[in-house]
Amino acid sequence: MSLSDDELKKIAHLARLHIEEQELPAYAQHLSSILNFVEQISQADTDKIKPMSHPLENMIQRFREDAVTEIVDRDKFQALSANHEAGLYLVPLVIDEK
Amino acid sequence: MHQLTIRKIVDGLDKKEFSSVEIVQHCLDRIQKFDTQLNSFITVTPELALKKAAEADALRAAGKNSILLGVPVAQKDIFCTDGIKTTCGSKMLDNFIAPYDATVVQNMNKAGVISLGKTNMDEFAMGSSNETSYYGLVKNPWNLETVPGGSSGGSAAAVAAKLVPGATGTDTGGSIRQPAALCGITGLKPTYGLVSRYGMIAFASSLDQAGPMAQTAEDCGLLLQSMAGFDPLDSTSIEKPLPNFNAELSHSLQGKTFGLPKEFFQSGLDANVAKVIDDAINQFKKLGVNFKEISLPNLSYSVPVYYVVAPAECSSNLSRYDGVRYGHRSTKASNLEELYKLSRAEGFGAEVKRRIMIGTYALSSGYYDAYYLKAQQLREKIAHDFTLAFNEVDLILSPTAPTTAFKIGAKSTDPLGMYLQDIYTIAVNLAGLAAISLPAGFVAKMPIGVQLIGNHFSEPKLLNAGHQFQLHTEHHQKTPFGFE
Repeated sequence: MSLSDDELKKIAHLARLHIEEQELPAYAQHLSSILNFVEQISQADTDKIKPMSHPLENMIQRFREDAVTEIVDRDKFQALSANHEAGLYLVPLVIDEK
Repeated sequence: MHQLTIRKIVDGLDKKEFSSVEIVQHCLDRIQKFDTQLNSFITVTPELALKKAAEADALRAAGKNSILLGVPVAQKDIFCTDGIKTTCGSKMLDNFIAPYDATVVQNMNKAGVISLGKTNMDEFAMGSSNETSYYGLVKNPWNLETVPGGSSGGSAAAVAAKLVPGATGTDTGGSIRQPAALCGITGLKPTYGLVSRYGMIAFASSLDQAGPMAQTAEDCGLLLQSMAGFDPLDSTSIEKPLPNFNAELSHSLQGKTFGLPKEFFQSGLDANVAKVIDDAINQFKKLGVNFKEISLPNLSYSVPVYYVVAPAECSSNLSRYDGVRYGHRSTKASNLEELYKLSRAEGFGAEVKRRIMIGTYALSSGYYDAYYLKAQQLREKIAHDFTLAFNEVDLILSPTAPTTAFKIGAKSTDPLGMYLQDIYTIAVNLAGLAAISLPAGFVAKMPIGVQLIGNHFSEPKLLNAGHQFQLHTEHHQKTPFGFE
């Protein structure tokens, strides 16, 4: 199997990755070879096998009280952003002004 | 002084043969002298390390102690370190100063370690050669034309060249064990959930596990003791009391049974590697171990299963890098969607993008059952094979890696060929087991590792077997030429 340009563009959009037209052939080659390789799992008999949900048996999913456990230091965290102002993250216009 | 193991450093500090400031300064001098050749560190923090070392010496003088007080280590750059650049080997996080410490870092700091800096790694831990780092490739100290393995290649090279006596690594498909083997050191991948992943940058959450890398099994036990422990901040963290991991070190191996999976020894095993593994088997036999052929019938599916599960989980985990709150932000975007797409395209390297694409495809509408669900069913079968095997044997022995370290660039244009580097290590992650790689010998002056695989929570047994092996072999004591 080989992925088409349209399929690659669709996957890239779903992954929110910009890819250039000239990158498509390399992606097609690499991804198709990886998918062909993993394709062999389809031959395995997994009838009535429960999919693994956790590598350790009888692992209990813990719950905790819905209580505040940490104080978020907004200034410290926002200092990591490329563009922020007055406690807000700035991004390009989302809703058109018109 | 740099030849000392962590065990001997702790003893030397306790006996006041040298101070923490002296050993830390000695390691920092070696990093300065040698790391231009290796590139094993992304960030070195000498001032901070010396300040902490002086504090450790003061504590010791005041009669206080903790298991690794004053011992120099390095942290893989996947662990968040408060106030220190934490990159995960990626341009995406080149500007990321972590705002908090990972639990592993906190635990180790409490145990008294002195971190000298952050080690190089494959970008987002995706790779088996340490060639995908944004900060340049790492070289293997045994031969500077070869790779150190990956993804924890910086930690492995730094320990092998004796720039630092121990370091942390993470292992999603072999990323501690394979570089440990290729660099001639000891590396332990603990049971899934034993070491907290809070503040450890996520790659594939059902597989990721942190562990120690050092010269000896005993040192790995000491490091693991300082790293592990229940953490409410990691939902997969195991809530049970920690054993003393080194409690069984001196136990005899007499009467133990190790399994040899026939699927690993049948075909495709490199003749040089096979010879060294044979020698290791004979050494264990001399120590009283019985060997038994076993079968793990679904083993051949482990690499393809891994390359569904790991990319699927990575595509989900790495969706957090949107260019908005932290990480690389593109300056070319004119709307929000472009901001996401361009920031990610510019911030991620080729291998990371490939895996995000594969994972996104495998999880996309209409494909989930054929890929992710099927892979998780096969994981169950692979894990069941191990469960049956551990009814018959104490541990399982195999090579760690299919070859010695390969030439830089030899596999970098062949993603699939690179994936097969992990053929002996991946099943362990799929089943959440513990495993250790031990230096087992050399071929053409390049190190080879032997892997021991144990059931969940078998760390004391693995360390016992490793320690007994190392009491009777010298492979782990060798230093690469030029780094003596």
